[in-house]
Amino acid sequence: MNNTDNQGDVWEVFVQSKPGLPHKHAGSVHATDKEMALQNARDMYTRRNEGTCIWVVPLDAIVSSMPEDSGSFFEPSDDKIYRHPTHYVMPEGAKHI
Amino acid sequence: MEDVKKLEEFQAKIDAEIKIEPKDWMPEDYRKHLQRQISQHAHSEVIGMQPEGNWISRAPSLRAKVVLLAKIQDEAGHGQYLYAAAETLGKSRDEYIEELQTEKAKYSSIFNYPTLSWADMGAVGWLVDGAAIVNQVSLQRTSYGPYSRAMVRICKEESFHQRQGYEIIAHMAQGTPEQKEMAQDALNRFWWPSLMMFGPHDSDSPNMGNGVKWKIKRETNDELRQKFIDKTVQQAEVIGLTIPDPDLKWNEEKGHYDFGEIDWDEFWNVVKGNGPCNKQRLQHHIKAHEDGKWVREAANAYAQKQKNKQLVA
Ligand SMILES: [Fe+2]
Ligand SMILES: [Fe+2]
Repeated sequence: MNNTDNQGDVWEVFVQSKPGLPHKHAGSVHATDKEMALQNARDMYTRRNEGTCIWVVPLDAIVSSMPEDSGSFFEPSDDKIYRHPTHYVMPEGAKHI
Repeated sequence: MEDVKKLEEFQAKIDAEIKIEPKDWMPEDYRKHLQRQISQHAHSEVIGMQPEGNWISRAPSLRAKVVLLAKIQDEAGHGQYLYAAAETLGKSRDEYIEELQTEKAKYSSIFNYPTLSWADMGAVGWLVDGAAIVNQVSLQRTSYGPYSRAMVRICKEESFHQRQGYEIIAHMAQGTPEQKEMAQDALNRFWWPSLMMFGPHDSDSPNMGNGVKWKIKRETNDELRQKFIDKTVQQAEVIGLTIPDPDLKWNEEKGHYDFGEIDWDEFWNVVKGNGPCNKQRLQHHIKAHEDGKWVREAANAYAQKQKNKQLVA
């Protein structure tokens, strides 16, 4: 890729489909600045009223966990079943809890 | 060896229907296969805008014009989704575009046929998008996450494409005798090339082997082609048009239509670059790309200027 003719940087696009719902990853766009990223995202991911709000984030600003670390990263929560409500024994007859 | 173990784990994931994501380990051939297939798919969406773009300025009504524009804009979007998916495999968009323009990469041969009358806008939406839908619905279940997600998004948009095409051709088939003749002529010209869109018969398809094992492709060329034919025959009957295949016949026993021999010489000839519009399509793409160069340069220069300003401030 040369500097004078390229498609711009990659931006990840997150769309909120309705007020109250979380922004969800929709895909990505190329753009050279944030306004262009936002406009491209609008044109590409909300042509059919799919959204009420868009976030665009430069790809290199995203930090991701890596698949090879997923064991040490996520497994510690496996044995913490006390974090789930089903772990607790409720007295017989108690309601709405 | 490390790789053998990795390969086994990879295949186990595929077999368990766990999607492969960009940062996951994958065999080099899987990566290459996807780079080729997804970029070819992206190129097809983009080049596919040309035969339809040919009719924007001559659409017979304002309604027809806005519909056609919206349809073509969708195809541009499909190209973008697919390039984005292909880029996650470690090759830049510029590289993919260069491969297209230097003919290292292919696009679907169907777009090398000309669109000669307004009825062709009907035939393209009905048959070409129709065939693409059959393929893309199947690809929603492809094993590579970003490709699968792009397909889900695309499939949501495609049904409008096919319906708008079918509406056009149905309308013409019910018009004056001349209009009906144009509709039939469009069907005659697009029927066989649409069947070719699914690619060679399974028995002589060079890229299939690992594609099925790795669940990149979920159904074979012949299975998909049969699905398309079985769906489409009735749609032709309803609007009083005749599919140009004397051997087309319902086979009670198989529960499918039998159909005539596809002209594979024509197929390979067009794939090799000798179709009616190959040169025109590529030249147009290169010209549009070059005409847009100053815009990209200006945008980059502007972005650079903004960055410098921030540094100073
Ligand atoms: Fe498309
Ligand atoms: Fe389409």
